[in-house]
Amino acid sequence: MNTPRTMFEKIWDRHVIVKRGESEALLHIDRNFVHEGSFHAFGALAAENREVRKPRQTFAVADHYVPTLNRDRGIAAVTDPEIRNQMEMLANNTKKHGIVHYGIDDPRQGIVHVIGPELGITQPGLTITCGDSHTSTHGAFGAYAVGIGASQLKQILATQCLWQKKPKTLRVSVEGAIAVGVTAKDIILAIIAEIGTAGATGHTIEYAGSAIRAFSMEGRLTVCNMSIEAGARAGMIAPDDTTFAYLAGREFAPKAAHWDSALEFWRSLPGDAGARFDREVTLNATTLAPMVTWGTSPEEAVSVTAVIPDPAAADNADKRAHMEQALRYQALTPGTRLTDIGVDYAFIGTCTNGRIEDLRAAAAVLKGRKTVIPAWVSPGSTTIKLQAEAEGLATIFRDAGFEWRASGCSSCAAVNGDIVPAGKRCASTSNRNFEGRQGQGARTHLMSPAMVAAAAVTGKITDVRTLMAGRP
Amino acid sequence: MQPFTRLTAVAAPLDIANIDTDQIIPARYLSKARGPGYERWGFHDMRYETDGREKPGFVLNQAPYRNAQILVAGANFGCGSSREAAVYVLLANGIRAVIAPSFGDIHYGNELQNGMLPVVLPADIAHKLCEQLKSQPGVQIGVDLESQTVTGPDGATYHFDIDPNQKEKLLNGLDDIGLVMQNIEKIEGFELRHHEELPWLA
Ligand code: SF4
Repeated sequence: MNTPRTMFEKIWDRHVIVKRGESEALLHIDRNFVHEGSFHAFGALAAENREVRKPRQTFAVADHYVPTLNRDRGIAAVTDPEIRNQMEMLANNTKKHGIVHYGIDDPRQGIVHVIGPELGITQPGLTITCGDSHTSTHGAFGAYAVGIGASQLKQILATQCLWQKKPKTLRVSVEGAIAVGVTAKDIILAIIAEIGTAGATGHTIEYAGSAIRAFSMEGRLTVCNMSIEAGARAGMIAPDDTTFAYLAGREFAPKAAHWDSALEFWRSLPGDAGARFDREVTLNATTLAPMVTWGTSPEEAVSVTAVIPDPAAADNADKRAHMEQALRYQALTPGTRLTDIGVDYAFIGTCTNGRIEDLRAAAAVLKGRKTVIPAWVSPGSTTIKLQAEAEGLATIFRDAGFEWRASGCSSCAAVNGDIVPAGKRCASTSNRNFEGRQGQGARTHLMSPAMVAAAAVTGKITDVRTLMAGRP
Repeated sequence: MQPFTRLTAVAAPLDIANIDTDQIIPARYLSKARGPGYERWGFHDMRYETDGREKPGFVLNQAPYRNAQILVAGANFGCGSSREAAVYVLLANGIRAVIAPSFGDIHYGNELQNGMLPVVLPADIAHKLCEQLKSQPGVQIGVDLESQTVTGPDGATYHFDIDPNQKEKLLNGLDDIGLVMQNIEKIEGFELRHHEELPWLA
């Protein structure tokens, strides 16, 4: 009998072309994504006079640098010449190499990790790469999806293959039903708080358990998205009927007879009974409350009902030093209740929490209420933006005083100009609270979309559950 | 790729955990082209005030460490984004090797892709090295890839692990694309089979 294999091992084995020594394999890459930031790789390709070997396997989209305002003006809305040049380089490079490009005014434009699934480009069993660390998002379909740097991206464009060292496997099981007001974002923040930002370094995480199974694809994407914040190479969730139902009929999903063969293949992917993981972690979902980060590392997260922890209680010197610096940067003191922290801005969007369910959850809190601070939404894709408008969500956001903006990375990396000013505090649905991430000197608190909505209407960090009594 | 064999050079202590790639190069400078002046974006917000003045407390702003070619950092160095620009700015600032208890996975790979040597040493040794570098500012550390050793300022040597394939690539400055293309027949055979079985992916 064959040794039982995990899902990751099945996908890995299937894509190995050759091995080099014990540790390294040359993998076939099924799907590759590029964005404006990929200019270093295209530049290196040109300098070495190389062609793109499989242009049909690469997909390009403008997301990181697109403005979220004045989008009806197209590329003319981009006023910074350096950024404009970068966007034009993507258009030119993809045209030159015959790569499909969803540009600033394309109806399919959106954040790369949102549109891949939305268009059915992301599928179970595939190897997927992108020059962006949150590529782990795509693993929600049961794919091995890894973020890469510019040199590796150049290698993939030139060869459609990637040398990789085989990662170890870590299963994170989340069991039990989550309480009302608790979301996929809270689960992943709790996991990161538990294992740390280096907790999964060198590992591929497979998320399992009843809480994960119960999530829609949107929720699963949120969980896998932040695998990188736990240090993991990739995150994945076994495909099931939820996955297949999501994919059916999407533009790049298999059709007709191919659909049936695809289903057969996809159903063979979940790990075998008895397959061994290098490590196992379990988390009880039933006791979780909404989570909020207080510091400048995603692991510096606590329940909204808690107080800011004391660095003196940290279990090692490195951690203590980081906590002390984080408190200085965030201008916070240990012992303060999270719900006593005032916020100045609210931002909803990103590849973590910019999908339709996220917008619905925030709108459910905002309905009939008003924000007391500047707040904006940038939907994860142009398709989602249109869907939210059709569902009446956009009206709820606008009536509540949110700016309803176009789709892009916006204030997540804040490279398109959507910055949070120095010294200001932002309740954000994004995935990184690093120093300066949302703008030099800006202070970020990561939380779920519903929690951001709650902060927007109260002007301070608020347990959204207190605003939901009597609401659906 | 520029090979890496051995290096004895001034080392700077940067013993803070979780130095992420946004700290190594803030995202707003990612659209900058590499070239003269690129070093300015390295550790920008740790290094400069908002008005552009140097922060004297930052280690690379201090005279003895200005020409450091080695960094000794805290755990999880280079966590965060996949931006290879984090490596480009280290190189632009003359850094060829980073010693830390652990690295962000993608950043570790990116260093190797650019002829830099990321060295993993246990936390207590990295701390000890930092203390020595602080008590004798401007002192040198040796890093030898062939023998996989780091030599501290006091002459003590420490062994480090590195994947044998990565070591060979780095020692010889081998380029990944070259190593891939040696296998082109196998690659083409693989693709034919793969797309026969999963034709909707072709
Ligand atoms: S939304 Fe944020 S994390 Fe996601 S791809 Fe854009 S910049 Fe990266």
